[in-house]
Parts: sequence; C-alpha cells; structure tokens
Amino acid sequence: MKTETPLSVIQANGKASGYDPGLSKEELLHCYRTMLLVRAFDDTALKLQRSGRIGFSIPNKGIEATQVGAASALAKTDWIFPSYRDFGMALYHGVPAVQMMHNMFGNAADSARGRQMPVHFSFIEPIKFFSISSPIGTHLPQAVGAAYAMKLRKEPHVALVSFGDGGTSSLGFHSGMNFAAVWKVPVVFLCQNNGYAISCPVEEQTASDGFAIKAQAYGMPGVVVDGNDLLAVRKAVAEAVALARKGGGPTLIEAKTFRMGGHSTSDDPTRYVPKELVEEWAKKDPVLRFESYLGAKGMWNEKLRAEFEASCKEEITAAVREAEAVGHPPLETIFTDVYEQLPPHLRRQGQEAFELARRKGDAAAGDGAFPL
Amino acid sequence: MPTLTLVQAVNDALKTAMRRDKSVLVFGQDVGPKGGVFLATEGLTNEFGKERCFDTPLSEDGIVGAAIGMAINGLRPVAEIQFQDFIFPAFDQIVSEAAKLRYRSGGQYTAPMVIRTPYGGGIRGGLYHSQSGEAYFCHTPGLKVVVPSTPADAKGLLLASIADPDPVLFLEPKALYRSIKEEVPEGHYTVDLGVLRGVRDGSDCVVFCYGAMVPVAVKAAEQAAELGHSVRVIDLRTLLPLDEEGVLEHAKQVGRVVVLHEAPRFCGFGAEISAMIAEHAIEYMDAPVVRVTGFDTPFPNTLEHHYLPDARRVLDAIERVMAY
Repeated sequence: MKTETPLSVIQANGKASGYDPGLSKEELLHCYRTMLLVRAFDDTALKLQRSGRIGFSIPNKGIEATQVGAASALAKTDWIFPSYRDFGMALYHGVPAVQMMHNMFGNAADSARGRQMPVHFSFIEPIKFFSISSPIGTHLPQAVGAAYAMKLRKEPHVALVSFGDGGTSSLGFHSGMNFAAVWKVPVVFLCQNNGYAISCPVEEQTASDGFAIKAQAYGMPGVVVDGNDLLAVRKAVAEAVALARKGGGPTLIEAKTFRMGGHSTSDDPTRYVPKELVEEWAKKDPVLRFESYLGAKGMWNEKLRAEFEASCKEEITAAVREAEAVGHPPLETIFTDVYEQLPPHLRRQGQEAFELARRKGDAAAGDGAFPL
Repeated sequence: MPTLTLVQAVNDALKTAMRRDKSVLVFGQDVGPKGGVFLATEGLTNEFGKERCFDTPLSEDGIVGAAIGMAINGLRPVAEIQFQDFIFPAFDQIVSEAAKLRYRSGGQYTAPMVIRTPYGGGIRGGLYHSQSGEAYFCHTPGLKVVVPSTPADAKGLLLASIADPDPVLFLEPKALYRSIKEEVPEGHYTVDLGVLRGVRDGSDCVVFCYGAMVPVAVKAAEQAAELGHSVRVIDLRTLLPLDEEGVLEHAKQVGRVVVLHEAPRFCGFGAEISAMIAEHAIEYMDAPVVRVTGFDTPFPNTLEHHYLPDARRVLDAIERVMAY
C-alpha cells in the first residue's frame, strides 16, 4: 500500500485550503489560547514535579493541535474517552484548570479523591471526560458501549475515543474497532500517532503502512491527518462526527504528530529519540502553525501571544495556589467508593486503620469513624 | 408456582428484569436467536427484539468492555460469557476497569452491570469447560461475586444482581442447570446479596459450600447422619462481599468446620474461610478446619469424577473432623 498524504488545511503561507472551519474570531482565539493553556499547565507541572511538590506528570507539547482540533468538533453532549495525554480536550470544553490541579496534587478536592496518580482525570461537567485508566486500550470497547446506548436511545451524540500509536496493538483496539463497525455505532476513533510508545518507535509497533489503513479491514473509513494542523484535525473529526450523528457508524482518524517531550516526567527521551527528529518536528510546532493561520487572517501578533501567555500563566499559578492549599483526603476515602454501600468487611478494616492511626498518634484532622 | 430447573429460572429472571426495565439488555456469544448454548437466553430476542438481546463478535474483552460503556451511559447490561473458562481475555476489563471505576472516579462513573457465566465441572468438559475461577475474582475489591445453588435462589439473586449499583460476576453452576427442579415464585422478587443460607441444620459439624457443591454436601450430611453425626450445611451464596458474621456465627455454634469447593485448594476460597475462623473464632474450635476441594492440577477430562469432590470425600472429611 502507498503512504497516504495526510490531510492538511493550513498552508505554508498561513492560508486555509479547502476548508472553512466556520469559527468566529472569538472561537478561533479560544482554540489558540487553549493550546497555550496546555503548554502553561505542562511547564508548571514539570516544575512542580522537579521540585517534589507533585509526583508525576505527562507532557503534551507537540500534541496540542490534535487535542484542541478534535475537541472543537465536539458538542458538550458528546462523550470523550481520553488517554492520559488529552487534557487539552477538557480545557477546551471549560473544565477549570484548578480542577485538574486538584488531581495533580491528589488532594481532598480531587474528583478521584487522590486515589489515582496525577493526570488520571475524571470529569462529568461541562462535558463527559471519562475517567482515565493506565492500562492501554481498555477504553475503546467502553466508548463503543456508551455509543451503543446513544444509538439505542436514538440520541444524536457521539463518543470520541483517543489513544496513541501504541494503543493500536492492544486487545481493546481490535475489539473496540470490530464491535463499533459491526454494531455501526457513533464512535470516532482518534489515533494520535506521536511517533513513540514510551521509547518504542512506530516501526516496532506495526508493520502496516501507518494506522488509518487498519480501518479498511474493520469495515469503516480511515483518514490520515496532519496532527499539528488544528484545522485539519477539526475537519476530519467534524466529518467523522457528522457521519456518526446521522447513523453512518464509526471512523478511524490517524493524526500524525510528535511528542516533543518525554512520555512522562519519569522518562528521558534523549536516550531514544534522535536529536534531528526533535529538531525537524520543532519546525512544525502546532502553535506556530495556528499562529500563521491567525496571522494571515489579521487576528494575531506577538503582543497577543504575550498577553495570552501571561493570562494562562496567571490562571495556572492561581490553580496551583488554590490546589496546594487543600489538604489530603481523609483516611475514610481509602474505603469509600469501593462499593456504593460500605460492606461490613471494609467497615471493619477502616475502623482498624483509624484505631491504629489514633494509637500511633498519626491520625490527621478529619480522620475518624465512618458516618453511620 | 411453576416448577423450574436452574437454567429455566435464570431465563425467567432475565425475562422478568427485561419486562420491568427497558434499560436491561442481554448480549454475548450465541445468546440471540439460538438462545445460548445452555438455552439460558431462549426466547429473549423474540420477545424483546434484537436491540435488547443480541449476539456479539467472539471477544470476551469486547463484551465486557462494551458492557461497561453501556452501564456508564444509563443502561443495565447483562453480559454472558459462554463458559467461565473463556473469561480471561476480559480479566482486565473486569478487574482493572469495572471493579475500580467507582473508586477511581470518586463515584462520577459507575458500572452497574452483571456478567453471567456458567462455571464448574460435571459435564466432561475437560480443562476448558469445567473450571471454577471464583478465587481470581474474589481478590478484586469493587466486584461482587454471586453463586446460586437452587432455581429459586438463582432467580432472586440474579434479579438482585441486575438491580445492584455495583458490577456483579454471577457464576452459574452448570452441573446444576438441569439436575434439580423446584417451585420458583412468579414475577419480580430479590434475594439479598451478602447473606448466606442455611440449607440443613445440624449441631456437630458445619460444611460451608456454594454452587454445585451444595447438593454434594447435603448428600454427605445425610450419610453422616446414619453414622450418628449431625451435620449443618451452609450455602454461602455471595462470595464477595461475604457474610462474614454469618460464617463466624455458624462456626462458633458448631465448633467443627469443613469447607468445600470444586476449585483448586491453594489460595482457594476455602483458605479465606479457614483463615477467618483462625483469626476470629479459634477459641471456639474443637478441631482444625478441613478443606475438601479440587486438586491443585488443571481440570482433567476422563477422570473428572475423581477430581470433583463427591459425597464420599466430604463424608471422609466429616469423619476426620468428628474424630479429632
């Protein structure tokens, strides 16, 4: 098979070719600012991790256009089944940065009550941003099930499920793609081909010519887009969403992009990513690409960037200040939310843990017996 | 009241739930027009349409993964895994996903769903149509594990499982599917999860068991009676969360305990019962706890009658406990 040229919209001169996103100036600037907000969040998270204030983070640099372009094609009534490198989608739809920061600190205000590692977000408002798990690919069949419910109830919603190039080797990729096509449910599969699965390059992940081609065998359309071109991603996702909404079933979109940082703050990509590759992709920076588009439309200048960067930094700094001031979740949160009702054995184990903490003098304020 | 086999009672429970609640769906391999390989889903597609009872591609991971997605989005899925032996591709979905979802999302997303699957030996199914894998799942916080042993319980426990807000693994003893019949109440009723059932009273020794081992224990208890031993039989019914208080109460009252299951012994469910008694009731014991279980081998085909605990082995254990 021949390599398909990825769909691109924003040309070298900044002009859009073959696609009008139909977005107002305000909406375009919201896309732009969200990318900068992701970057500000990343920078701050790295500093927090390096200084020992949080344990872990996942960098997004290089992937921002894919995240924001895809999110911009969804309605608030749609569902997002994200990977751990997707939080730009949540920011785009208005999840406050401070809610994410609560998760980064694992504090009492975190929606997951500090039970998960940082970056494993879960939100239900203002959009369903499904709880993230670490095992790879498990969320693909789950998105299909959620979409089955939409189809059964004849709702015009879609489920977008996002995963990396590594995710295509998982059990869930096969079952998710297969079930979605057989059931013809409204799912958009977004494969972020960012070059590496932790340290493993794409050519060690698959011998096929990219990932979009895999759609053919499942019986659904497959599209390759330039993942650093926000409008190209938006166009492909919008078309897939429109098809899904009218009952046309799923689409696989491969967004070719590049992870400009490590897999996580625990990873050193200089051990396995050639320097030249980083330099090559740095020239294709998705933020610069979108700036050229805004510039060609007369909506952008350096001053705007400086203003946005400053306001993003301020927003993230305020989020850190607020989140860091919130204490740990109380001890009882180890035992709650395992089941809807606390079963007797967990009640007993909880009481034993409180009792020991009390005896040893390391019970924190708020720790105590379960409410009856 | 109609007289039903256990598998007919399962079928009756599914129909009852689907009539009551439009959000209840049944799906899995061959559960549609064929009605399932054991006919547990017979007639459902006909009555409820193929949108609510349907066949799936042959992928346990896909079946359970999709069930989770349906459950978080307002449906009440009842997924069938054709044999419990084939559930392991879905282990990740059950253990890492369904069971942990409420916890990891702080209750924002939950998975009220049931996975039904026939388990256990007695049908000459060899290694891959006979296993009892309950111990793998009982080690999983967030999951409930239920095993009925009578038709009336099968219906009531299944209806309770479908109504339950948490994910339930419902293990059906295939050896009992058609071997027993009893009167089963019509319409909707539930049997509470987490509550054991006294099957037979006795004051010298108590046998804790579940699923297909319950009639085996009863037979052994009847034989023991002829030898002058009064043997109590307890059906645990829900393995997770276990009725710990009930188990300890019976153990303390009687003082001699046999634990019976067909799964292998090492790290089996009997080890938990035994440890619980050692931790909380040792001073009431007149004899060490004795376990009667399958062997720590894969499940054999031709010699399955030697592998599966029978009344002969249970009676032998009762006599040992009584002679201590």
